[in-house]
Amino acid sequence: MITQATNTKPAQPGVRRTTSLPPSAHVPDSVAIETRGLSFRYGQRVALSELDLTISRGEIFAILGPNGGGKTTLFRLLSTLVPMQTGTATVLRFDLARERQSIRSQIGVVFQAPSLDRKLTVAENVDLQGRLYGLGGSSLRQRRDELLAQFGLSERVNELTERLSGGLRRRVEIAKGLVHSPELLLLDEPSTGLDPTARNDLWRYLTELRAAGTTIVFTTHFLDEAAVSDRLAILSEGKLVALGAPEELQASVGGDSITIETEDSANLAAAIAQEFGLAARELEGTIRLEVPDGHRWIARLVEAFPGRIRAIRLGKPTLEDVFIARTGHRFAGERRDS
Amino acid sequence: MASTGSRPAIASPLAVAWSLAWREIVRFFRQRNRIIGSIGTPLVFWLLFGAGLSGSFRMGTGTGGPSFLEFFFPGSLLLLVLFTAIFSSISIIEDRREGFLQGVLVAPIPRWSMVLGKVLGGTLIAVFQGLIFLLLALTLPIEFPWRWLPALVGLISLAALGLTSLGFVFAWRLDSTQGFHAIMNLVLMPMWLLSGGFFPVPAAAAGGRWPEQALHFAMRANPLTYSVSGVRQLLSPGLDYTGSYVPELTWCWIVTLAFAGICFAAAVAVSRQPAPGDSL
Repeated sequence: MITQATNTKPAQPGVRRTTSLPPSAHVPDSVAIETRGLSFRYGQRVALSELDLTISRGEIFAILGPNGGGKTTLFRLLSTLVPMQTGTATVLRFDLARERQSIRSQIGVVFQAPSLDRKLTVAENVDLQGRLYGLGGSSLRQRRDELLAQFGLSERVNELTERLSGGLRRRVEIAKGLVHSPELLLLDEPSTGLDPTARNDLWRYLTELRAAGTTIVFTTHFLDEAAVSDRLAILSEGKLVALGAPEELQASVGGDSITIETEDSANLAAAIAQEFGLAARELEGTIRLEVPDGHRWIARLVEAFPGRIRAIRLGKPTLEDVFIARTGHRFAGERRDS
Repeated sequence: MASTGSRPAIASPLAVAWSLAWREIVRFFRQRNRIIGSIGTPLVFWLLFGAGLSGSFRMGTGTGGPSFLEFFFPGSLLLLVLFTAIFSSISIIEDRREGFLQGVLVAPIPRWSMVLGKVLGGTLIAVFQGLIFLLLALTLPIEFPWRWLPALVGLISLAALGLTSLGFVFAWRLDSTQGFHAIMNLVLMPMWLLSGGFFPVPAAAAGGRWPEQALHFAMRANPLTYSVSGVRQLLSPGLDYTGSYVPELTWCWIVTLAFAGICFAAAVAVSRQPAPGDSL
């Protein structure tokens, strides 16, 4: 792992508006985001530790982790909201420490906390955002109408955003983030507070966007949501614990995943470990095992412990299994605020 | 796939500032309680204090001195400007808490343009309300030279710019509006009370009593004193203010301008520092 403690001084926003520096030469054009040894602290607390990550252009990339895992810190750094401390990073080949204004003009940012002005209408919010990015006049109006139509908001153009439902507001939020046609869209927990229908809509929009060439990077604490990404990074306690395509990571856990429901999980787990030498993990009243040839093991287990197994399930390893395998503890994110 | 760096969309900072100021104005007119809060309070103060204190107030030598309503009018006008500035500052805290601000912070705009937008919005609102309040001056028996109206508006605008920027400096790092109330009570209200708006600045007479001397210098050191006095001199030049300290009109302009400039520069400087609220 590379440890670089360079350039800890944040670039001053507003001092230098455009950059004449060439994009970081060593980073190929196919890379959207690259971090090397990226670390961040809030006072004494380490939020992000020595992160090495490469995200390609055109990917839907998920940053998955439990709350407090460091994903929001990473999002804040990549979106230029907080200044860099240690390590190096490029976004769209611009240096994150020195070329923040160049990055800002080419990324779209959708925050978890709504950034809409509730006292402005849908159109006014999008227009204002467009003006911040140098758009104006008829081209802005055209772009706004096009976006709002695409997000099914044409009927609500003149409504105050405070009157919209959470799902609609999130759509305006994304439309707002896209008004300047960014090459990279960063989203922090985009589906928080959305009902399942609105969530499905959101994923449809994002997939369409990706098809049109936009790179999409989002943070999430929902395992199922991370599974729809092309690739994902799992962060736990500020460290990168897994990186790859969802199927690839699931395959890395190996074979099949067996879940046993039982009255007496602690004793049964110990008995399985003793009898077969398997790493049986006991988690909240269930036992989980990762084994090759799961179908054979099911028969053997049921025969070996008659009456002690209430239900037994065979499945492919999930991202939760990946998380458990890499960190040794259960993924706590999903249940928090879903 | 789009190519890198093909479309650097950089907005003109002044156009951005204007868009943000426009947002402030739209918000203001959509929040009726703010209009009532910032015009109503000074109006009530003016009428109640004016009625209550007019009997005991005497100024000037003969009959040429102002009544308390007349004397207190510029102070009430500046109080209105101060309240508008306070509302505007509180809105920064709300912008941060509600999330609007973070979207602006990651936009490719210089910070001074964001500060100018906020402060200009607050200033325009203050001047607008000030003009409405000025209509009340028509009820006073003063001879206002109307040709001075542009100068009066200019001075009020500068004072508003200074106060709104000062509010911004205090509000930037706060993440709750409660914190701002403390600043308001400890800094902004005393600043107004010592501006010569509510009671005259005592003259610096040789051999005067020391509390009066201390008050005299404290009020002279207060930049708002010059704004209030300037407004008063423009509004009712014919009245007799003998017995109180009246700075020269030129100094009123210079100090008010410097106050606005320094406060705005300070607001830009603090806005470049990350606020704790950004990392919540």
